[in-house]
Amino acid sequence: MNAMDAATRPVVEMTGITVDIGGTTVLHEVDLRLFAGEVHALMGGNGAGKSSLVKALSGAYRIDVGEVRIDGETVVLAGPAEAEAAGVAAAFQDVDLCGNLSIAENVMIGHEERRWYGISWAATRRRAASVLDELGLGDLDPRQAVATLPPAIQQLVAIARAMVTHPKVLVLDEPTSSLDVDEVATLFRALRRLREHGVAILFVSHFLEQVYAISDRITVLRDGHGQGEYATRELDRAVLISKMIGKDLVELRRIGSDRRAHRVDPKGTPVFRAVGVGRRGEFEATDFELHRGEVVGLGGLRGSGRTEFGQLLTGVVRNDSGSFQIDGRSVGLPNPATALRHRIAFASEDRRDGGIIEELSVRENIILALQAIRGWARPVSHAERDALVERFVESFGIVAPGLDAPARQLSGGNQQKVLLARWLATRPHVLVLDEPTRGIDIASKVEIQARVAEMARDGMAVVFISSELDEVVRLSDRIAIFKDRRKIGEVSNGPGLNVDTIIEMIAADDEDDA
Amino acid sequence: MSTGARTNWLRELIRKPYFWGVVAIFALLALNVLKDPNYLALSVNPVNGNLVGNVVDILRASAPILMIAVGMSLVIATGGIDLSVGSVMAVSGAVAMVFMKDAGQSGSLGVALGAIGLALLVSAVLGAINGVLVAYIGLQPFISTLIMMLAGRGIAKVITEGQNTSATNDPFRWIANGFVVGLPVVFLLAIVIVIIVGLVVRRSALGLMIEAIGINPKASRMAGIKPSGLLLTVYILSAVLAGIAGIMSVGTVMTVDVSRTGYQMELDAILAVVIGGTSLAGGKFSIGGAVVGALLIATLDKTIVFLGISSSATPAFKAIVIVVLCLLQSERVRSWFSQRRKPPRPTSAPTSVPPTQQKQEVTA
Repeated sequence: MNAMDAATRPVVEMTGITVDIGGTTVLHEVDLRLFAGEVHALMGGNGAGKSSLVKALSGAYRIDVGEVRIDGETVVLAGPAEAEAAGVAAAFQDVDLCGNLSIAENVMIGHEERRWYGISWAATRRRAASVLDELGLGDLDPRQAVATLPPAIQQLVAIARAMVTHPKVLVLDEPTSSLDVDEVATLFRALRRLREHGVAILFVSHFLEQVYAISDRITVLRDGHGQGEYATRELDRAVLISKMIGKDLVELRRIGSDRRAHRVDPKGTPVFRAVGVGRRGEFEATDFELHRGEVVGLGGLRGSGRTEFGQLLTGVVRNDSGSFQIDGRSVGLPNPATALRHRIAFASEDRRDGGIIEELSVRENIILALQAIRGWARPVSHAERDALVERFVESFGIVAPGLDAPARQLSGGNQQKVLLARWLATRPHVLVLDEPTRGIDIASKVEIQARVAEMARDGMAVVFISSELDEVVRLSDRIAIFKDRRKIGEVSNGPGLNVDTIIEMIAADDEDDA
Repeated sequence: MSTGARTNWLRELIRKPYFWGVVAIFALLALNVLKDPNYLALSVNPVNGNLVGNVVDILRASAPILMIAVGMSLVIATGGIDLSVGSVMAVSGAVAMVFMKDAGQSGSLGVALGAIGLALLVSAVLGAINGVLVAYIGLQPFISTLIMMLAGRGIAKVITEGQNTSATNDPFRWIANGFVVGLPVVFLLAIVIVIIVGLVVRRSALGLMIEAIGINPKASRMAGIKPSGLLLTVYILSAVLAGIAGIMSVGTVMTVDVSRTGYQMELDAILAVVIGGTSLAGGKFSIGGAVVGALLIATLDKTIVFLGISSSATPAFKAIVIVVLCLLQSERVRSWFSQRRKPPRPTSAPTSVPPTQQKQEVTA
């Protein structure tokens, strides 16, 4: 009888959930059901309310109207502690770990093994190791500091932390946005094991294929309204996309063919040139050229040095060999301030740490780089600021509770657009975009790719870094291929070139080495 | 003024983080009125036409706190802290006093200006040392300014050779004790300086950049802000303001007591900033809030004396007032309050006190 109950009755039943944040209703009477032993995917565009719903379930947001039942009993999730007590554990979109603490300390924080004499660190580490082992991270030393780990592993550590309490419900908000293919596979193995043990998993992701690979059930949100619950195997991809955005992939194809029509052949003096630029231990010295109106994609796997190279080109990381030329003149790029003054901007992949300033308003965030170039004594006038902000908010479709609201209140995709606006406000000649489409929905991806294509048409040289090779192939005139922190080659884009070609080049390089 | 505009203004005030600071000032004044109904009375000195009264004393006492609180709010906004302001006050006072003592000429304006200029120059140098340690060497602000706090008193002692040093100079004395249009010069001067600093910070992009580096130094660097110059500027500004506070402070009695002048004033400044609603974690700051905080500290100090609270109980009394304030400001307590009182009526304190004040003026 109990078994019957468990099979038919949801572990979590959220009904009519309405959440108000600072006067804006972010969720309108949304329903969500989670079943034991199922992976339930939550899909939706930017600002659809996915993160808000996750936060409501994990106790981070107060639910204004609606009811949450866990195992049939009504509960009030007043805070993360109550949610945890009710059996809901969460790992959030942005990794929230204490970098200076060890893996074991991060995983076991709040759940340390206690004895009569206090905390037993040996036992705590052993338990951390066993939790990590379940996730397939058995080879990690639990004593290692988290800050020394690559971001992908940090994400897995955060998930390990959520799993320490053996929750009935595990909430994962964008767990795979910084993981590579192997790591996703590792994570999915762990999720399947948890599913077999009867854990209800809520999986929030933008990656369509991942959702189809792992989930049993899908709930779709759009603009804070529920769009229904579906069994994954019965839901067609095209239907899902139309439910999420109401647009389809035709738009993407149009960008691709548009790009091909405007393809630029590099001629004349390059607008930007790096000669033998490198940094010991981070990136092997290499040459690189950019022409006006050109989009150069940096292809390669995560960790291949694409980001490091982008940072070298923009003064974020200082080069220790080689030199730069802008329009044929030699310049040094010791820091981002100098690079920005030379109209070279770097849009970081890490929008929280290296980009958005959460407590400043949307307006202030947009004009910050422009203001920094001008110096503090020459403030951007209110009229100029408002004109700039208005233009970008309108053309990018930035959705915000208000332009004077702290940027913290915006969804990830909108923050990304604010950052893009910030860099474009400096009217750069060279723009390095590091994963501009990471962790955002398809609609915004389309918009951002269209914008990149447009900027190139207007004469800007764009360096486009993305893990999604199809994006790189679609947008680039030329592709520089990276591997193991060096550039292994460059190819001109053209008919014949596709994602497989690039993968083959990366693989072939290995054979050469061997 | 229409009633609608009035309630809007009130609602705006209530939402300010320093609202409770304003309430506390009025509450303390009300407490004093309870003890002596004539507390708020102002009279005009028949000889020179100056205003005399407890409130005038409070304004006068608030001047040096205003100076260091404004400097401190900028430093705190960058995510730092300046523990050396009290010691810089002592150094500045010592430099001015020794200079005037050696120069003599008690009536000379030139000597007074020389003393002030030299005192502020020395303060700026001390601030620059703080700034270089923080911005270029990368020491933690707490440590850098703690060193300066200890060293500053030592420097002041060296300058005065360990003696309490007095001097006579009328123009200098006028800064601390004089009156213009019936109001104390020292308070007017403080307000003018606060307004200038406020305008410079908010009309230029200095404030925005200070907040940016205080909230997220890494992202600010990526956006092209160079933190070093800004930090140096802010620490120098804080020290110069502390130097002015020192001049105001020693000018009252025309004596510098190197172990008492500015003693523990850094704590008053930090409290004023916190009461004003600026987070010690850095970021968003409020000059207006710092002003409210400084006025509250001055009112509190005067109230303690007026109520005759024994000197041994003074720290405890001060602590209680400030703890209560911080509680009222905390998000949690506020949301608790707003849940209790469904319609958030404008609190009656600010509206009820002015009538009392008027009545007192009539009786005076």
